[in-house]
Amino acid sequence: MYPPKFDYLSPTTLDEALSALSGAENAKILSGGMSLIPLMKLRLVRPATVIDISRIPGLDSIEDRGSHIEIGAMVRTSDTAGNALVREHATALAEAAGSTADLQVRNQGTTCGSIAHADLAADQPAAVLALGATMVAESTRGTREIAAADFFVDTLTSALEPDEILTRIKIPKGGRSVYRKLGRRGGDSDYPIAAAAVWVDTTVGDISEARIALTGVSSKPYLALDAAASVVGTDGSAEAIAAAASHATDGVVVLEDLYGTVDYRKQLAETYVRRALEDLLA
Amino acid sequence: MQVHITVNGIDHGGDVEPRRLLVHYLREDLDLTGTHVGCDTGYCGACTVLVDGRPIKSCTMLTVQADGSKIRTVEGVADGNQLHPVQEGFWECHGLQCGFCTPGMIMSSVALLESNSDPTEAEIRHGIEGNLCRCTGYHNIVRSVQYAGAKMRGETPALGVTAEASS
Repeated sequence: MYPPKFDYLSPTTLDEALSALSGAENAKILSGGMSLIPLMKLRLVRPATVIDISRIPGLDSIEDRGSHIEIGAMVRTSDTAGNALVREHATALAEAAGSTADLQVRNQGTTCGSIAHADLAADQPAAVLALGATMVAESTRGTREIAAADFFVDTLTSALEPDEILTRIKIPKGGRSVYRKLGRRGGDSDYPIAAAAVWVDTTVGDISEARIALTGVSSKPYLALDAAASVVGTDGSAEAIAAAASHATDGVVVLEDLYGTVDYRKQLAETYVRRALEDLLA
Repeated sequence: MQVHITVNGIDHGGDVEPRRLLVHYLREDLDLTGTHVGCDTGYCGACTVLVDGRPIKSCTMLTVQADGSKIRTVEGVADGNQLHPVQEGFWECHGLQCGFCTPGMIMSSVALLESNSDPTEAEIRHGIEGNLCRCTGYHNIVRSVQYAGAKMRGETPALGVTAEASS
């Protein structure tokens, strides 16, 4: 299956890429291509211009910036999964990256690409939501920071404007996090049927702050605010965890597909919130 | 667009259309038909090749993305007439039936054993998670990789070893 014809650009500076993107009609950014190329092969997306950002130096590193870590636009998913900084400061993202798709896809696909693509069942968006990450979007008009909570707008729709590139993600240090999922092939392989990323701050003893994000459950990855509120101020007792789990799907429309009915998926969402909290607070 | 790609140690240059997929470049331009097109959607892994040492799916990569890289395909793993230990393992342990997935399985297994010379059964199964086989049920593939691992470590590989279900 061939993709439709397109003009291919491989800029070697970010400025060149941003100019090309702002000047082009119907252009798409290519990082690893694990979402874009299948969509082009299926003719669901027909960009006139494809701008490959993989030749731009400096986008493929994970940096320690003191208060936060930064993941560049060309960091491959397998490198996110194996990186010591990510494993220490953003455990949920390391786990989500490590269970994304399969080995070959993780080797080629990028963390930022998956987040910009905003698939409703992608793994890594749930992790950046729970971790309270900030997305850095650049265009010829300037640089804009978008909170993860505002980034995922709808199915396959992010807050990025057509002329913006997600150049890096900033993840604040502190707290502890996990990612727990049921994959379509069982275990944690492939897309999640339901998955939960949970972050808590327990530096003062009790849980002073918490964020719980779910993916695969509704039309976009989302923060379960009531669920998180149920454990804040508690010591993470079984009752508090059960209360949090019961709010896992509050306020969202739970999806039904061939992997599960609404009731089954709602139960999975609750189960994976519970398991994530239990593992995190054990 | 002009590309320069090293495949199995041989430099190739040429003009390719940007939409030309790497697997078609390998199979049709370079006549390296060992790499198979299976599902053509990025799931099955029959098209797996190593790009700069890492297994990727060549049906879901543009040739232009591979410009400047070093690629290994199933044609490049044997040493002349001497099979690679992974190939020998698949031969000895019946790691294939129809053989369609085998080139991709072999490339993923080669990459696994080059980064981890003594994988557990679970690590082998994770190492080939991106390669689907519709014939074998995977057990003999796992045995084949265990055989190859032993051979590559300089041990005498055991034939017909039952894979440990619990490890």
